[in-house]
Amino acid sequence: MLNYIDRIKEISARLLKDCSVEMVIGFRKGSVPMMNEPYFAKTAEDVERLVWDSNCGINLANYLTDRKEKIGIIAKGCDSRNIVTHIIENKIKREQLVIIGVPCKGMIDKHKISSMFDGEIREVSEDENNIVVRGHDFKEVLNKKDVLQQNCALCIHRNPVIHDELVADPVEEQQDVDRYADVREVEALAPAEKWNYFGDLLSACVRCYACRNACPLCYCPTCFVDESQPQWVGKSQDPIDVRTFHFLRAFHCAGRCTDCGACERACPVGINMRVFTKKLEKDCLELFEWEAGMSLDERPPLDTYKPGDPGDFIK
Amino acid sequence: MKYIKIDKKKWASGIDALTKSYRLYGPVKEEAFHNFKELEKGMLPDLTCLNTRLSPKSLIYPQSEALLEYSLDGSQKDHHIMKEIDKDYSPRAVIGIRPCDAKAFVLVGKNFDTPEYKDPYWLLSYEATTLVGQACESPCSTCFCTTAGCGPYHEEGLDILLVDGDDHYLAKALSEKGEKLLSAAGWDESVQAAEAESQIESKKQAAEKKIASIVHTNKLRDIDTTKLYDAPFWEDVSFSCINCGTCTYVCPTCWCFDIQDENRGKSGMRMRNWDSCMFPLFTVHGSGHNPRGTKLHRVRQRFMHKLKYYVDKYDSGIQCVGCGRCVRLCPVNIDIRRICDLMNSFNASEDACAV
Repeated sequence: MLNYIDRIKEISARLLKDCSVEMVIGFRKGSVPMMNEPYFAKTAEDVERLVWDSNCGINLANYLTDRKEKIGIIAKGCDSRNIVTHIIENKIKREQLVIIGVPCKGMIDKHKISSMFDGEIREVSEDENNIVVRGHDFKEVLNKKDVLQQNCALCIHRNPVIHDELVADPVEEQQDVDRYADVREVEALAPAEKWNYFGDLLSACVRCYACRNACPLCYCPTCFVDESQPQWVGKSQDPIDVRTFHFLRAFHCAGRCTDCGACERACPVGINMRVFTKKLEKDCLELFEWEAGMSLDERPPLDTYKPGDPGDFIK
Repeated sequence: MKYIKIDKKKWASGIDALTKSYRLYGPVKEEAFHNFKELEKGMLPDLTCLNTRLSPKSLIYPQSEALLEYSLDGSQKDHHIMKEIDKDYSPRAVIGIRPCDAKAFVLVGKNFDTPEYKDPYWLLSYEATTLVGQACESPCSTCFCTTAGCGPYHEEGLDILLVDGDDHYLAKALSEKGEKLLSAAGWDESVQAAEAESQIESKKQAAEKKIASIVHTNKLRDIDTTKLYDAPFWEDVSFSCINCGTCTYVCPTCWCFDIQDENRGKSGMRMRNWDSCMFPLFTVHGSGHNPRGTKLHRVRQRFMHKLKYYVDKYDSGIQCVGCGRCVRLCPVNIDIRRICDLMNSFNASEDACAV
C-alpha cells in the first residue's frame, strides 16, 4: 500500500494540470505519530505533499459535502461507498468528481496501539506487513493484521466500488468474515444489562461531537442536538441526554453507514460508538439484503417501498 | 520558602493522613488512559502518568454544573424563585497536577476573577483547592510549554512543587495553602533552602532541555488584527477541521460556557455547561443569523482568541500553556504549533494585495 503514493501523485498532478479538477482531496503527513491530515492539493507543489499509508483512516467523503468545484478525491473502499451515498443523497454530483480509487488493506487503530504502551509513542513506521512503534526507550514490531481498526479487520469491501482512476490492482477481498459477532453479544443481553452496557460504553463521552462531525453522513445543516428553537435535547452531561444523542445519531445513519470507522477513530476518549451503527447495518442486511453505497442505481431501503419489504414488526 | 524532603516510604501514609482534612484528586489510569479522579481511601495518585487525557480544569469548573434550583409548582410558596444549591466547598487537593495544568488555572482566572466580575462558583472551588504539582522529568514530544509561557518546573499557580528524587520527593511549598498541606500530611523533614534550590535548578534545566517542540509568539502582538483576520492561510488551516469540540474540551485554558435551564416535571435547575466556539450554535442569534456561519469563521476565532485577542487584551502571552492535548487529540491533526507559527510569521504588507 505504501507504493501507491507515486501513482497517487502522478494521477493528481495530471488531473490538476489538464484542469479536469480544481483540487485533489487527499492526505498530507501528520505532525504526530499515526495521524495524517486531510488536505487539498491545488498545485503541482501541493501534490508533492500528498502521502499514503495506514494512517489515512479519516473518511474523505466528509469533505465533499455541498462543494461546487470539480474535485479529484482519493478514495478507499469505504470512502467510495460514502461517495456513492453522497451522490444518491444529492450532496455532490457525480460529474463533479474524479474518483482516484485506492485498493485498501486496512488502517491501523491508533487507540489500540496507544493503549499498548505506557510510555509516549514517538514514531510509528510501517512496511507492508509490520508496524514499528518507537518510544523514548522502547521499540516494538507489531504485526499490522493485529492492530488494524476493528472495522478494517472486518471489512469485506476493500476495493473502491466506484472509481475513475485506480492506483493499483484490486486487493483480494476478505472472505468468511464474521462481521457482527460483537453486535450479537449485545443483542443477547437482557434489557437491563443492555442499558448498563450502553451506560458504561458512553460514560466517558464529553459531547465534543467528533464522532458526528467525522461522519460523512452527518451533514444536516443543523443537527437535532444543535437545534435551539425549539431545543430537543439537554446540553449537560446528563446520561440520558448523552444516550439520546448517540442513539438518535445512529438511527439517522441506518441504511447509510458503511462502517468506515471514522467516528470511533475521531473520538478523543476512545468510545466504540460503532456498536450502534453496526447493529443497524446488520438489521438492514438481514431485513433488506442491503449494504450501503454499493451502487448508484439503487435507492436505499429506508427511502423506498417494495412490496416484499418485511412487515413482521407490524402487529 | 519552605523545602521539605518526603521519603517515598512516607508517601502513602502522608496521603492517607490528608484524607482526614481534604478530598483528594489525582491522575488515575482507567482502561486505556489517565484522567483526574477523586481518590478513594487507600488509592494513590499515579505519578507515572505522563499527562492526563482530559485536563483537570473540570475539577474547578465542571463540564456541567448546577448553579441554581427552582420549583415551577404554583402551590409551593417559593415557586419560580431561583435558589442557591448547597455545594461542598470543603478543602480539596489535587496531587500530581502538571505545572502546565496549574498555570492554566491562572489563565482561566483572568476570565472568572476580574476586578469587575467575580464568578462565585469558580472562585469558591479554586480557593478550596490546593494544587500539588509534579515537576515534569519526561515531557511528551508534543509539549511546547517552555515557549508558551510555562515550563516543566513552572511554579505559577501551584501551591507545592514536587520534584522526584528517586527515593524521595523534594517538596517546595509555594504558598500558605501548600505549607498547610505538608504539615497535615505529616511531612516535616525540612531541607536547607540553598541546597534544595540548587538541586531543583539543575534538574529544571535538564528538564527544560528535553522540551524539543517550540512555538514562536514574539510578533503576535504587533501584527495588525484586521490583516491577520483576513490572512489568506485560514482557508488552508480550516480545510481539514471537522468543527468538533475536542480541542476546546481537552484544553485546560478554554473557558467558554452556556447557561441552560433544565426542567423535569415541576422543578428545574439552572445549569452551566462548557460550550465551544467550534459549534455553530455558539454564536447563533435569536433571529437565526449566525455571525460565525462557516467553519472558517469558527476555526479562525479559536486561534485568533488564543493567539491574538488574548495577547492584545491581557498583555501576558498567549492563551495556551503548551500542554499539547489539542495536538495529540485533534481527530484530523490540526496542530496549534503550526498555526501559531503561521500567524507569528505573517507578513501583512506582503500579503495585503495577494487576494
